[in-house]
Amino acid sequence: MLLNSRDFPANAREGLGNPTLQKALSMARTGFPEKRARAIERLPEFESLREKARAIKEATLANLDFYLETYENKVLAAGGKVHWARSASEAREAVLAICRSVGAKTVTKGKSMVAEEVGLNPFLEENGITPIETDLGEYIIQLRREPPSHIIAPAIHLVKEEVAQSFREAHRELPPQRPLSEARQLCDEARAVLRPRFLAADAGITGANFLVAETGSSLIVTNEGNGDLTQLLPRVHIVMASIEKLVPTLEDAATLLRLLARSATGQEFSAYTTLSTGPRREGDEDGPEAYHVVLLDNGRSALLGGEFEDILRCIRCAACLNHCPVYTAVGGHAYGTVYPGPMGAVLSPALFGLEECAHLPNASTFCGRCEAVCPMQIPLPKMMRGWREREFTQKKAPAVARAALRLWAFFALRPGLYHPFARIVARALFAAGARRGRFRSLLFHSGWTAVRDLPAPEGRTFHHLWAKRRKGA
Amino acid sequence: MSEPREEILGAIRRAFKRGALAAEAAGELSRRLAAHPRNPVPQRAAALEEEDRLRLFVAMAEEADARVSQLDSLDAVPAAVAEYLARENLPAEIVMAPDPMLEALPWKREPLLAIRRGRAEAGDAVSLTPAFAAIAETGTLMLISGAETPTSLNFLPDTHIVVVAARQVVASYEEGFDLLRAAAAEKGWPRTVNFVTGPSRTADIEQTIELGAHGPRRLHIILVGEREPAGKK
Amino acid sequence: MAETGVRVGLFVTCLVDLFRPSVGFAAVKLLEEAGCSVEAPFAQTCCGQPSYNSGDRQSATRIAEKVIETFADYDYVVVPSGSCAGMIRRHYPGLFAEDAEMRARAEALAAKTYELTSFLVGVRGFTRVKARWRKRVTYHDGCSGLRELGVRDEPRTLLASVEGLALSELSGAETCCGFGGSFAVKYPDISDKMVADKVADIAASGAEAVLCGDLGCLLNIAGKLCRLGRAVEARHVAEVLAGMAEELPPIGAPG
Ligand code: SF4
Repeated sequence: MLLNSRDFPANAREGLGNPTLQKALSMARTGFPEKRARAIERLPEFESLREKARAIKEATLANLDFYLETYENKVLAAGGKVHWARSASEAREAVLAICRSVGAKTVTKGKSMVAEEVGLNPFLEENGITPIETDLGEYIIQLRREPPSHIIAPAIHLVKEEVAQSFREAHRELPPQRPLSEARQLCDEARAVLRPRFLAADAGITGANFLVAETGSSLIVTNEGNGDLTQLLPRVHIVMASIEKLVPTLEDAATLLRLLARSATGQEFSAYTTLSTGPRREGDEDGPEAYHVVLLDNGRSALLGGEFEDILRCIRCAACLNHCPVYTAVGGHAYGTVYPGPMGAVLSPALFGLEECAHLPNASTFCGRCEAVCPMQIPLPKMMRGWREREFTQKKAPAVARAALRLWAFFALRPGLYHPFARIVARALFAAGARRGRFRSLLFHSGWTAVRDLPAPEGRTFHHLWAKRRKGA
Repeated sequence: MSEPREEILGAIRRAFKRGALAAEAAGELSRRLAAHPRNPVPQRAAALEEEDRLRLFVAMAEEADARVSQLDSLDAVPAAVAEYLARENLPAEIVMAPDPMLEALPWKREPLLAIRRGRAEAGDAVSLTPAFAAIAETGTLMLISGAETPTSLNFLPDTHIVVVAARQVVASYEEGFDLLRAAAAEKGWPRTVNFVTGPSRTADIEQTIELGAHGPRRLHIILVGEREPAGKK
Repeated sequence: MAETGVRVGLFVTCLVDLFRPSVGFAAVKLLEEAGCSVEAPFAQTCCGQPSYNSGDRQSATRIAEKVIETFADYDYVVVPSGSCAGMIRRHYPGLFAEDAEMRARAEALAAKTYELTSFLVGVRGFTRVKARWRKRVTYHDGCSGLRELGVRDEPRTLLASVEGLALSELSGAETCCGFGGSFAVKYPDISDKMVADKVADIAASGAEAVLCGDLGCLLNIAGKLCRLGRAVEARHVAEVLAGMAEELPPIGAPG
């Protein structure tokens, strides 16, 4: 879902000025990277697995049509159904039709970024179906009517006092004086409140971390077990997945799984990795009677074969968010799309349009930490630069900035003009700033001096002094 | 053949400036699927002999907050279960997978233990299941669904006790897949395969890890055969 | 000038040229001590990074052509900046994807271009400088140098040979300082948060000076240190290695 990406600078300012958000983010900023680093240290093969994982996914994408068809045949053979959706609205309609076909009133949901992408919850509500998020983080933000702020830790922007407040407002049937100051108490309350809803739901919707062509299975990775209860108890299991989730074999999935948890939470393996194939078998005492997969394209096929294809390797581990100095400064909501951080800065413009999301690929220092930690070796800075290039060539970048850049390039290509001009600038800035050694402000309004001083130059350019030294020599 | 399906497949083919794969290319990919070659498997577990593999399994499972007790023989399982329940102050009541191996155990020796067979229901406190296999690399249990092993036993109760035979402990996920494929060739592919590593947990509130989010709060593994100090087979 | 077979073209960088020529002279001194003859061709201006990172690929390509031309005849090109060296080494070849001849020339230039400290240590085997500076310092690894070029040990190796100098490592050393070229101007609030965190880490290290191999980061860090009135000096590592730190005022101090 696209929210308000155009307002990124204002959103960011708000995030920076929000003390509870900053407290929440400061816990994430150090926690995730330390855990990841420890996990990777324990797996000497990590780098070679990265190479392999990249090769697996590249080969899959290059033959994606083949793998999708093979996968579909396997799903059908196992008694499931596949619903192809070109757009977000087709995906929403497909889910609604399945829910209606079984007369569903309430549906439980495991965490699914694809469901967030297509805006499933508001749509189901409009159509008289109650979606119940069951991942603890998703449940909390559903109560607060907020979008997720992180792709694996949707409520990472909140502190426990805020969660307690939301629980008090939502769970009015519980004694108002109950203690809710500890994470343990909050978890127990959510567990108790959600358990009957798991049992009562008519349909269960999960995402998929991978779809396995070899077996026609969907695979989910969770820690809470909510995804498993979601898909186990109701009569219908609906999987929402985008087309790039395909992997050829279980062995290929294993290679990606070895990277996923370590990159995401620094765990050796998540608590629950679950492979689901079709509906319950004859003789089974539990499990859903029907199994549906909604396969979403939503602009992804258009990325194949082009400069943004690499982002389709993304396994949504969130390492790039956790290590991004911009994400950990402003939080996920500032981005104004369901996919924040570096992966979102590349993917969101593709899904929701460059014009809407133009800030996202620009709001990066290209520090390169995202690419360095990405288990799938996705060149995130390069692709953000790719969006900037499109913005520039399509003349979408602000006119003043474009003119300034062109002027700079004009001088940079003409040393005979550049050097005398540089001499004048160095001289002038020196004359104005030498006494203090720095500027607190410049004549024009500047983002630079708004927050820091500008050190004054030494007064002469290197090339001027070098020429003199050569003459003297 | 629905219209979106053809359009999506067509868009993919257009992106690569080609039609559907030629029979030869498709055949090659199909053969790879059928052969499912292994990718590099970490040395951590792959290189170990049985004794060390068991040790690694126990260490990794315990690191993931599972508890492991080791027994010499299957016959000792009923007593161990009863003892565990008493120690944890849990009622002497379990719901058990209707699995032949578990059924064959000498439950009569524990007359005070109430056993129901079948899937789990709301309110069940403790379940007992077998495992399909166990994976040393990360201390992971591999559980499959079936008439004899309902999946609800793995998730609904607060406490999940799993009986694993030492010979079921393999090094890697890949070895587990091979066992699964072999079993599926006889009985068909199961609806659900659960890879379970420790009890349920969440870190969604201030990144503090809390066990027992929605699934079991406790995972107790009874590993049978090959006591730790025992020598190599 | 040392008479040797090794001819180094110094790529001064536009920031050093304009703001702190002393860094350029420090580089020349170190390179000469390491047995190189150094030239700084007048035809150079900037590596083209501002254009490149702002999406103006066409201008970046034109500028790259000019740099390739200007430095074609040197044995090595040395840059007192990880960021500009990274631009030449890692990004120039990609600008000429469709032009085999230019791509080959870009690759040839990339192959012989080095960040200053990694050239001294890695290519020249020059690990001991003749400098003394009695200070406790900390080191900020510029992002491009660290992640595009893998420069990490080299400046530390050289600093270890400075008499009297003690290095305390920075916590969060791999984190960006928030400079990012035009980022600092376009997103000042975010940049401010990043540089404020960096300055807090610097203060926590207990160092009297922060060193770095990139003037861009240094202008940012020094600017924030000054704004906050902190007494920590900011300097380019080359100044210290060349023994110039005693006389030269730190970045942002009155001249
Ligand atoms: S881009 Fe890479 S690091 Fe970021 S979420 Fe995707 S796989 Fe993980």
